[in-house]
Amino acid sequence: MPALPPLALETIRAFIVGFIVLNVIIGMVTYVTLLERKFAARMQSRIGPYRVGPHGLLQPIADALKLMMKEDVVPRQADRSVYNLAPIVFLVPCMLIFATLPFAPGLGVADLNIGVLFFLAVSAMEIVGLFMGGWGSNNKYALISAMRAVNQIISYDLPFIFVALIPVVLAGSLRLSDIAAAQAGLPYVFWFPLGTLAFFAYIVATLAAENRVPFDILEAESELIAGFRVEYSGMKFALIQLGEYAHMIGTSFLGALLFLGAWSGPWADTSPWWGALWFLLKAMFVFLLVTWIRWSFVRIRVDQILAISWKLLLPASLLLLMATAVVVVLRGPGG
Amino acid sequence: MDPEARKVVELGYGGSERLTMNMGPQHPSAHGVFRAILSLEGETVVGVDAVIGYLHRCHEKLGESLTYTQYPSIASKTDYVAAMTSELAYVRAAELVGKVEVPKRAQYLRVIVAELQRIASHCLWLGTWCLDMGGALGGGATVFLYCIREREWVLDLFEALVGARLLYGFHQVGGVRYDIPARWAQKCRETIGLVERRLDEYEDMLERNAFFQARTQGVGVISRELAQTVGVSGPLIRGSGVSYDIRRLEPYSSYEEFDFKVPVETAGDCYARYRVRMVEFRESISIVRQALDGLPEGPVSSRPGVKSVGQVRVAKGEGYARVEGPRGEVGCYLISDGGPKPYRMKWRGASFSNLSVLPHILIGTKVADVVAIMGSVDPVFGEVDR
Repeated sequence: MPALPPLALETIRAFIVGFIVLNVIIGMVTYVTLLERKFAARMQSRIGPYRVGPHGLLQPIADALKLMMKEDVVPRQADRSVYNLAPIVFLVPCMLIFATLPFAPGLGVADLNIGVLFFLAVSAMEIVGLFMGGWGSNNKYALISAMRAVNQIISYDLPFIFVALIPVVLAGSLRLSDIAAAQAGLPYVFWFPLGTLAFFAYIVATLAAENRVPFDILEAESELIAGFRVEYSGMKFALIQLGEYAHMIGTSFLGALLFLGAWSGPWADTSPWWGALWFLLKAMFVFLLVTWIRWSFVRIRVDQILAISWKLLLPASLLLLMATAVVVVLRGPGG
Repeated sequence: MDPEARKVVELGYGGSERLTMNMGPQHPSAHGVFRAILSLEGETVVGVDAVIGYLHRCHEKLGESLTYTQYPSIASKTDYVAAMTSELAYVRAAELVGKVEVPKRAQYLRVIVAELQRIASHCLWLGTWCLDMGGALGGGATVFLYCIREREWVLDLFEALVGARLLYGFHQVGGVRYDIPARWAQKCRETIGLVERRLDEYEDMLERNAFFQARTQGVGVISRELAQTVGVSGPLIRGSGVSYDIRRLEPYSSYEEFDFKVPVETAGDCYARYRVRMVEFRESISIVRQALDGLPEGPVSSRPGVKSVGQVRVAKGEGYARVEGPRGEVGCYLISDGGPKPYRMKWRGASFSNLSVLPHILIGTKVADVVAIMGSVDPVFGEVDR
């Protein structure tokens, strides 16, 4: 049997790894929803899901089955092609962001040399799906939500990018594994005050990028019912939900990687699986931090959100980035 | 078009079309079945058309066809969130017209349940208002669930007293239907003590929160003049700088014997109304304590228990009785022809009058503020439509 050319081998490998990662992410999304529901329930002095399986552990599976069996309703006046495509267009970038994430040294789909850039660029693309959903539904609530989405994502992608660039400047590389390796000694969040402030700014920008309370004006169910996805049901709704949570997990992983030292931790050098575990725990820490904020604040208004971004977060993140650059130039890269 | 709306349009809105958005009656923040037809330019409201009447149940006709014994339980269903005060307004009107004396103990019990009801009602208001601003998937839901927990405790007290949790039928012409059961006073004291401690937690959670302040301060300002012109009452008018409280101006049911203060805020915005209600929580707790301390012995009703529904007759005459409900002045106008049923009955719902201020203050606000302002008005649609 003739040996396959290296390119084909590489393609097959990437295919298999990608398949595994995608399915792991989907599995994780379902269980992260359970984690959030349990966490929120505890905050609200409730128990949370408890009936399906021991301690409600099978609840996500029941939810997924329920969503699959729901009737798929398309509004009569909807722009059918746009409406039907939107969940896919929304989901793909949300899944694609995991392509460059190294989950442990050497454990990932593709460790691009422009990993951070790829992540930011791809995650900014989800707005296309959001807007398509809002526009195609032919619903006024959805349309207002889509308008808000465009406003908000544009306003918050800039500070998000600037903040994410701070570790890049500190590590001197856009490759995510390099940034993780540069924090082997001390995670950037402990680089007081620059790294710490940048981490907080990252959390705020993350909240906005993920559309979570206090910045969840897209969904805003007390004003816009459910925003851009008000007309979606069944599997299309599930896809949007999946994409949203995948995006959330992705940004949590990125935050853990950029600021919390990724897979560094006890016994991390003995096995990549330990590293992966630490990375997962740190990402879940970021996720729960965001969840904690989500379940304790009220939503703010769209004009206030834009004011926070343009008047506060953007200048602050720019200043932080410049200060970091100055520090790096004075002390030399990696110092 | 509304002249106010025209002003907003002329104040430099550049172009493009208006959007007519139908908000309600099936909307998460409709607080029942409110329907607001909003004209939007971008996100700014330029016109409001309020539609009510989806919950109309002919209460005034019911009042004419049901006897004085039957109707108090039905009066609960006007303002079902504060059923005790609606009943009280009706029986007070009947007592006023029929010149029926109410024993002291019954008066005190009426005060206790009315103030407990105010606590329960304000709990629901705070929860749903935060739900309007914070969303069912956010911090609003957290406050909501906390408040519902406290409301449940108060409802437990009512259940122990009456046997019902929402619609009571506790008041009757001449007094109250039940005396408090054994150890109820003790349980009541424990509950209000617990609620009092929890109030501090809510204030910590909300008032020091910059987002909460940004959403409430300066939003939905009702000026003193507007409040008096439109005729709002309750926390709304007190939040606009008018000290207007029926319990103080026209004491009924022995309110003159209790020491409480009437909170007044001058800002007139959502935050002022929030502050007024938070102080009212504490004043209600204090009144309940005083009433429990000074609860006199004696009968709870000046009439014997009725054997048939038509037994209670009220002398010929007419009169208007009003009480201070959690949402403001609840009034009942009654004309009696001497029979077992009123000849004519008219409700003055606090929510109805309060709601009429909305079109004045919604113009020029953002969509998000519409729900925040509506939540701060705290309408109950059973009372608006009756």
